[in-house]
Amino acid sequence: MSAPRRSTNPSGLERYYVLTKGRSGPGGSASSLDVATLIVSRTSPVPGMQHEHEEILRRCRDPLSVAELGAHLGLPFNILAVLLTDLLEAGHVEARDPIPAHHAGRGPDLALLEEVLSGLERL
Amino acid sequence: MDLKGFDHPGRPGGSGPRSVKVMIAGGFGTGKTTMVRSVSDIKPLTTEETLTQASADVDHLIGVADKTQTTVSLDFGKISLNDSLMLYLFGTPGQERFWFLWNGLFKGALGAVVLVDTRRLASSFRAIEEMERQNVPFVVALNVFPDSKDYPVEEIRDALDIPEHIPVVACDARDRASSRDVLVALIRHLQARSAVALESR
Repeated sequence: MSAPRRSTNPSGLERYYVLTKGRSGPGGSASSLDVATLIVSRTSPVPGMQHEHEEILRRCRDPLSVAELGAHLGLPFNILAVLLTDLLEAGHVEARDPIPAHHAGRGPDLALLEEVLSGLERL
Repeated sequence: MDLKGFDHPGRPGGSGPRSVKVMIAGGFGTGKTTMVRSVSDIKPLTTEETLTQASADVDHLIGVADKTQTTVSLDFGKISLNDSLMLYLFGTPGQERFWFLWNGLFKGALGAVVLVDTRRLASSFRAIEEMERQNVPFVVALNVFPDSKDYPVEEIRDALDIPEHIPVVACDARDRASSRDVLVALIRHLQARSAVALESR
């Protein structure tokens, strides 16, 4: 666990600015992205696509969480979320949020808990 | 792939990949990353969030607060529970004051494990308080370090003021089976809570 640190690398911040074309945070469909949201590509990279968008599509042929994607690409969550918004809005990827133990208005998801439990017991 | 199922994550019987998340919380140096590492199928990875905070210095000439960028790291691992269900484990940042800045860090989590170092009980006070404040179901795991005294669980429950219905278990965060047992204790606790919730309807 590393302690929070100040960003002292201006070139890193400049890179993020360029990557996101100056957008600082996601809105719309990506604002609900979670670190455990699974991303799956729906299309192949198309010519002329931003390099990072291509990279995301390549890596997400098999479902990958936003956290794993961030770790592999070396991008912080908020920057990655901006890039994922672009891909979601263009229909290039799908996002699947982690399943909560409770669904609003539907009570606890006992089947899910049982499934998690039997998975753990097989470890 | 059933694409319609994608629009309804969590629908029972829905096909395609699904994920659940569990947070590993606790004070600095209580073994959060150790537990993630011991139980994960993959080598633990780190993901970061750049948080923008208004700094204490305010430039009165311009009238806007100066912003500072802080990077907070989350160590995480994953366990394949079956062909389509992944469990992601996230070790929370050691400094609890950053938790609320990371929007939705605990949102959507099944629950949390709060690790306690019995030699430094106070270091996990804040984590327990935060779980209660954010209404995250949790179990308390006493990480038994080699030089820890053998404290009775009830003594520690009293010292940390942990309510009776919250399980307190002992573990060795370095050991895969022991860490797995803590996760099992959490899921059983969630099931017990659900049973109570269903009965009281």
